[in-house]
Order: sequence, then C-alpha cells, then structure tokens
Amino acid sequence: MNEKRILQLHVNGDLYEVLCAPNTTLLEALREKALLTGTKRGCDLGACGACTVLMDGQAVLSCLTLAVDAVGRKIRTIEGIAENGELSLLQKSFVDHGALQCGFCSPGFIMSATELLAENPKPTRKEIQRKLAGNLCRCTGYIKIVEAVEIAAAKIAGGAS
Amino acid sequence: MKVLNTVGQRVPMHDAATKVTGQAQFTDDLALPGMLYGKLVRSTIPHGRIVSIDVSRAKALPGVKGVITGKDIPDRVYGIVPKAKDEHALARDKVHYIGDAVAAVVAVDKEIAEEAARLVHVEYEPIPAVFDPLDAIKEGAPLIHDNLKTNISASIHKEFGDVEKGFAASDYVFEDTFFSQAVNHAPIEPHAALAAYDLQNGDLTIWSCTQIPYFLKRNLATTLLVPENKIRVIKPKVGGGFGQKIDMYAKDFCACWFAKELGRPVKFLYEREEVFQSTRQRHPMYLTVKTGVNKAGKILAQKITAYADGGAYNSTAPLMITLSCFFIMIPYRIENLIYEGYHVYTNKPVGGAMRGHGIPQARFAIERQIDLIAKRIGVDAAEMRVINAIRAGMPHPAGFIINTCGFADSVTEAAKAIGWKEKRGKLPFGRGVGLAGASFPSGVANMAHLASGAVVQLSREGRVSILSGAADIGQGAETVICQIVAEQIGVPMEDVHITAADTGTCPLDAGTFGSGVTVRAGNAALLAANDVRDQLFSFVADRLKCKPDDLMTANRRIWVKGNPDAGMSLSDALFEYQYSNRPLPIVGRGGWIPPAEQPTSLLTKNGNFSPNYSFMTQAAEVEVDLELGKVKVVKMVTVHDCGQPINPMLVEGQLEGSIMGGMGQALYEDSTCIEGQQYNPSFLDYGFPTVMEMPEMGALHIDTDDPVGPFGAKEAGEGTQLAPAPAIVNAIADAIGVEFNRLPVTPQVVLEALKKNADKS
Repeated sequence: MNEKRILQLHVNGDLYEVLCAPNTTLLEALREKALLTGTKRGCDLGACGACTVLMDGQAVLSCLTLAVDAVGRKIRTIEGIAENGELSLLQKSFVDHGALQCGFCSPGFIMSATELLAENPKPTRKEIQRKLAGNLCRCTGYIKIVEAVEIAAAKIAGGAS
Repeated sequence: MKVLNTVGQRVPMHDAATKVTGQAQFTDDLALPGMLYGKLVRSTIPHGRIVSIDVSRAKALPGVKGVITGKDIPDRVYGIVPKAKDEHALARDKVHYIGDAVAAVVAVDKEIAEEAARLVHVEYEPIPAVFDPLDAIKEGAPLIHDNLKTNISASIHKEFGDVEKGFAASDYVFEDTFFSQAVNHAPIEPHAALAAYDLQNGDLTIWSCTQIPYFLKRNLATTLLVPENKIRVIKPKVGGGFGQKIDMYAKDFCACWFAKELGRPVKFLYEREEVFQSTRQRHPMYLTVKTGVNKAGKILAQKITAYADGGAYNSTAPLMITLSCFFIMIPYRIENLIYEGYHVYTNKPVGGAMRGHGIPQARFAIERQIDLIAKRIGVDAAEMRVINAIRAGMPHPAGFIINTCGFADSVTEAAKAIGWKEKRGKLPFGRGVGLAGASFPSGVANMAHLASGAVVQLSREGRVSILSGAADIGQGAETVICQIVAEQIGVPMEDVHITAADTGTCPLDAGTFGSGVTVRAGNAALLAANDVRDQLFSFVADRLKCKPDDLMTANRRIWVKGNPDAGMSLSDALFEYQYSNRPLPIVGRGGWIPPAEQPTSLLTKNGNFSPNYSFMTQAAEVEVDLELGKVKVVKMVTVHDCGQPINPMLVEGQLEGSIMGGMGQALYEDSTCIEGQQYNPSFLDYGFPTVMEMPEMGALHIDTDDPVGPFGAKEAGEGTQLAPAPAIVNAIADAIGVEFNRLPVTPQVVLEALKKNADKS
C-alpha cells in the first residue's frame, strides 16, 4: 500500500513527474509534488469545491480524485487559465466586478465556471447557480460571482477577446 | 457623496489578479527547505484529568523529530483579553473539552506525523462534565477550571437611568426569552502556521493565518518565553476569518516551539474537523428581555438577563458580554436599562469573536421582541422602530458619542424598499415581510494600545509604497488603504503598493476586529500620505510662488487651485526635488488612535466605545413551503449608513456576505454539540448557504458625513450581519403567524409549529 511510484501527470500542457503513493490524491500531487498551490484544500471531503480542477475538460474535485487516476488525462488548474499573459474573460470579470474577497475559493469557482462557459456559452442565471452550487464561498454572498459569470458570458457572446 | 478621484470609486482589489490566477499565497501554500510537518493530539473526552501520556511509540516511529505534551512547555496561559487568559497551548493537567490539544508531534512528512499522533496514548480520569450554561451555573455543577469557584468566567451588571421608574411609567411590560445557537465562522481556508528559526541570532519568524499579527506576537512571546523583539509575525493572504482567526492557537505555539527546538521550519495545518471543533464559534446565548413601553410603543425601560455559553475557555469573554450589553442602547434610545450578563464555561467548543461579536444574539432578542410587542399593543413594527430610533447628537446612557446617524431614515427607506405598506400582514399565507435594525462600532476606541501606524514613501520615479500594520483577511483593507493614499498624493491606484501585516517591517496595528480597520488604519494612512504631500507641496509652492495650501494634486499632476495651467507634473516635481539635493524617497509617517479617555474599559467605566457608529435596517421577504417547512428568503434589502464608502463595490461585498451569514444563522446553521461531541464538523453536515439559497438583494445608502472617519467613512464589515437573522424570523412570523424565539428556524421546527397550529384550530 505504501509503495510509491513516479506518475506522469499532464498539467496545463506540461509534463510533471511526481512521486506518489497509491492513496495520494490529485490535490496532494498538484499542491505538494508539482507545487501548483493555486488549487486549494478547504475540506478534503469533496464538500467545498475549492480544489476543483478540469480533467479532460470536466470539472472534478481533486481531493476526491486519486493521482493515479489522473495519469493519461489532461489536467487544467487555475494556473493554466490565463493564457499568453492575459487573464481570461472570466478571470477579468471576477476582478473587475468584485466577485471575490479572500480569494481562497476563487480558483475553484473559476474552474467550475470555466467548464460551464465552455459547454454552455450562454447560460441562464439558474444554470450558473446550479453549476456553482458545489462551490462554497463564505465571504461574498455569491451574488457578484454569479453576475461576474453572466458578464463574462455576455462578453464572450459579443465576441470580445 | 463627495466627488473624489480614487476614494468612493469601485476600484478592484489591488491583489485580485493574484487571487484569480492561483498566485496569491496563503499560509499552507508556503514551503521552506527542510520543513517538518506537525500534528496535534486532541482530547477524546469532554472533561478529565490527564493521568499519563505515553509518547514512546510515537517517538520511536522513523521520521518523527519531536513529541511534546503540556508538561514540556512553560506553564503560561494565553488569551486575547489580557485579564482573561486561561488557555495553555497544550493541556497540562486537565482537558476541558473534546478537541483540547494535549500533545504535538512533528515529522518529516505529514503521513508520518499523522501516524505518530495516533500512537500517542493518553490515559484520562474522566470528570463529570456540563454542557449548558444554565446547568453550569447551578450549585454543585462540575467546576471546569480548577482555579475558579464558579463556572462564570466573566459577568457584567450595569444599570443606566432609573429602570424601576421606567417600568412604573409603562403602559405595558412584556418579558420574553430568546436563544441563539452556536454557529461556526467556517472560513474556507483552514488554520495554518509555518515557523522558522534563525540559529545565529535567535530570530523566530512565523507565517500565520491571523487577523491580529501584533497580538499573536505578544501571546507567542509570553508563552514561549522569548522576547517580543525576537518574534516576527507575517500574515500571508488569509482565506477568511470572520473573527475565528483572532485567537492564538496550538498550531501557532507548536510551530514556533519546534522550529526553535529543532532549528528547522515547521508547519501545522488544521483539518476541517479541527476548525469546527477546536478553534472558535459564535457563543450560544440565552437572553431574557423585559421591556416596558407606553401605548405609542416608546420603550421606557428594559431589563436583560443573558447567559452566554463560552465553552471551555474565555477567549474574548469580557469583551463579548460587554458588547452585548452596551449595544442594546443603540440604534434605539434606551434611557433606562439593567443588563445582567454572564459568560459561562461549559465542556464544549470555545466561543469567540464572530462577526458582530455578542451583538447579533442581543439584536435577535431585541428585534424579535419589538415585533412581538408591536403586535401585542397594535403598533406598526416599522413605526415602533422609528419612534425609538436614536438620532445624531442624542445622549447615549453610557456616553457613546453619536455624531452622525441615519438610522430612522434607514427604517423608513427599508420599509419602502421591501413594500412594507402593501405587503406587511397582507400577503397570502406562507409569504411575509419583516425588518430589523442595528448599529455597530467602527473599532474599539477606549483601550490605549489600539492604535494604527502607517509609513508612506514616495520614490524618485513616483512609486508610492505604503507600510501598514493592517491585516487584510479578504475584506479589502489593503485596497481601501491604497485608495486613501492614492487620493491624497494624487496618483492612480497602479502607482500605489502596500506591504502590510508584517510585524518585522510594518508599524504597529491593532489588527482586524471590531470592524475598525478602515477608520483606524485608514486614518493612519491618511495622515502619513498628508505628511508626504505636505513635504512635496512645500517644495512645489516655492517653485510655483504660491502657498502650499493653494495646491491641488490628481492624476500625477500638481497645480494651483483655480489655475490648472500653473502647475507641474509629479514626475517633474520629483526631478526638481532630487536636483535641489533633497533626500528621497519622501517619507511620511502617520499614527492614529481613536480620540478617547484612556486607558479604560467599558466593564469598569463608561465612555465613547468607538470613533463612530454605523447604522442599518435590513428587510426580508420570505416564502414558506407549507408542506416541506422550508423557508426561502426571496428578497433582502439593506439600507445602510456607513458614512462615505471608500469603495462602494467592497462595501456591497461586505453586506452581501453578511446577509449570507445572517441567513445561515437564521435558517440553516447549527454547530450541533451533544454531550460535548460535535456532530456536524464538516461542510457537508454543517450546511451553510450555497449560491442556490441566495435571495435577490438590494442596497441603499443613507449619506452621512462623519467627522472622525477618513473621508467620513464608518465601518461596513460587521454591522450588516446583525439584522438579517431577526429580519428573516420576523418575516416568517408575518408569513405563517408563528413566533420563533429560538434559532435556527429549520424546516423541522416550522413543520412542528404549523402542525401544532393546525391541531389547535
């Protein structure tokens, strides 16, 4: 059980070789082995959504995902959302609209919302709420987060880059 | 509102981009070479003597670098209130609740540390325990702290005015009892600390998710027996605090202890369960309120008896019970008041400061009773609030100075915004509206050490660097301070940078509590910025042949008032400043302490508690699912007098978040503890509101111009969490005619009440 081995993880387009035990979670592998600490650990029980990452485009809770199960999959973390030195429209919308306070839950929200907008570029308010229902925030009261996603969606629909 | 360039603008948080890209570093994101991992061993029984602790198996585990118990560390207690210190980092002879720390281990990785913690064997001799403050005050109740003859750890007995006369003059006297439950702050970031020790000069550095770095430094010094000047506390980004990160915890002490003993960096990180069980929670509290009113609804006298469940340790006990007392007399003018309050030890998780700190429980009781009384005597509940509203300039029985007050207007406006006239008592069964009022201090004025300092530097190239002790825990304190400085020096936000909450480099600050940061640290930054501006203006005035007072600055330009062409760019001014052989950077300093007689404490002496006071009314519309008992908050309106908002977007964020917290307290959250055992110490079982529960929200401002706050600002962080819970429960009463005096109002209690009513009719 304790036998560790080197896993190859594809994260944000880069290859990471990390030493993991069979029970090492993807969250631990990302934070402690790959030193990608943007993905947060809030509960370790899959309840808060702070550890959300994308695996082959799908939002998963990295604290409930074993690192070995991420081998051969394309992982995208919060560090891989801004591209070419530019914040994504969603990130920019979070910043400008005050959709964050302490920022600890923000990576998880952005990952969930990124998946949503990739699958459904024109979500209704209800669809946004349903998608974000698994992400907890204790600071904002969620309103500005939902509005920030709506603003980003409108910008994407309007062809802004 | 004043027209300003940066202050009053919806400026994004200065560190927002780091937070949305994963670059922002929280304590657990930090790692140092050779770092060890710590783990605490916690009590499994609520009350008992420690007979023995066997650490031999833990010590023998390969990879374990240290194991300590309460006997290995100095016999020094700590606590946030100097007079109420009662907590050891690791229990010495007794454990006082399930979750009390009894031993600590460190190892080369966290798995080994966890395994070592499991191998520590503690033998206890159980002692009878007590779990309710009303039982704990009874004769013969088990004594929780050996050095006391009672379980009452703090009490307050105050009389203002002539209460007997007030009751005698009343047309009606009513007495009702209310209960507020335990709720957890539940910041998404679990508590963590990382410490490192310099073997050459004996310097100890700790990175901790703390709200008050300077108090942590002091508590560490007195418990580690290390001089305060050898300890440097650095606050990384903090993932929410809400009061829970005010206290020092075992993780802080143990990280420092092991770092010093072993000469290696040490990190401690709490599990979510530890956050629920072994940090702090809002005090469960019973309040009995006896109120005398005349026929019009004017309150003539009140007598309050309060019992707060403090759990196993004091934390902020004396302050908590004091706040609960003094804030009864604001936002209503209560001239005659008796308050008897007790903070009582129980063998349960520890009560501490939480957003509102002792006031939400009192507000729930008072605001609920106003609605009950209004109904009983046939007065409109909103009208009754206006009749009793305190107004600017009115005397406060304890000596609070109310310079500005938008409360009465806030009631009227909130009633209008929720549709009071059309809806109250007139909506179909199951739907209703309610409102409640509140007031909150902008920090604590009357203790001499509660000061803030700031240093502002303006460099040759126009870069502004601020040093501030203020602890940003996500509310945006750093951004607000940057805005104030940018405004005064006349530069855009991108020219301003801040280093804050590092006790090794920043000036003293009291920390983040009591909603005092904007006023206290904001004023310090304002004074420091003015110092810089004065130095610069005096030089520029010489060049422009005018008086310094005639100069204006904005957008990196300085000019003569009324004559925009007579001026120079900031860049030119600094160039000339340098070439006239003056020292750069221009350094300004500021220090601010609220004007108050000092030192004093409301426990022994009345006085003006805070530099100023915010006021607000919140109104709710609810819909009750009559089959499922679920209450849906449809709409929540806040009408707010927080003076001049320095950043309206951040103010909105504060009040929207407070509404979420207030809704949680009203309807969902209950940190359930049975026989000392927490039953729901996880997010899943605890269940605070998600995005699905949030109502439509509206906010209106009542403009006031406070003379003490920077640019007229007052607090906006905590006050708005006081009224949502009573407003919601008042709306439920309007919706289904059931008066709930206990929180939370869960579907279960709604259904039971509806069934009881149906059985009656």
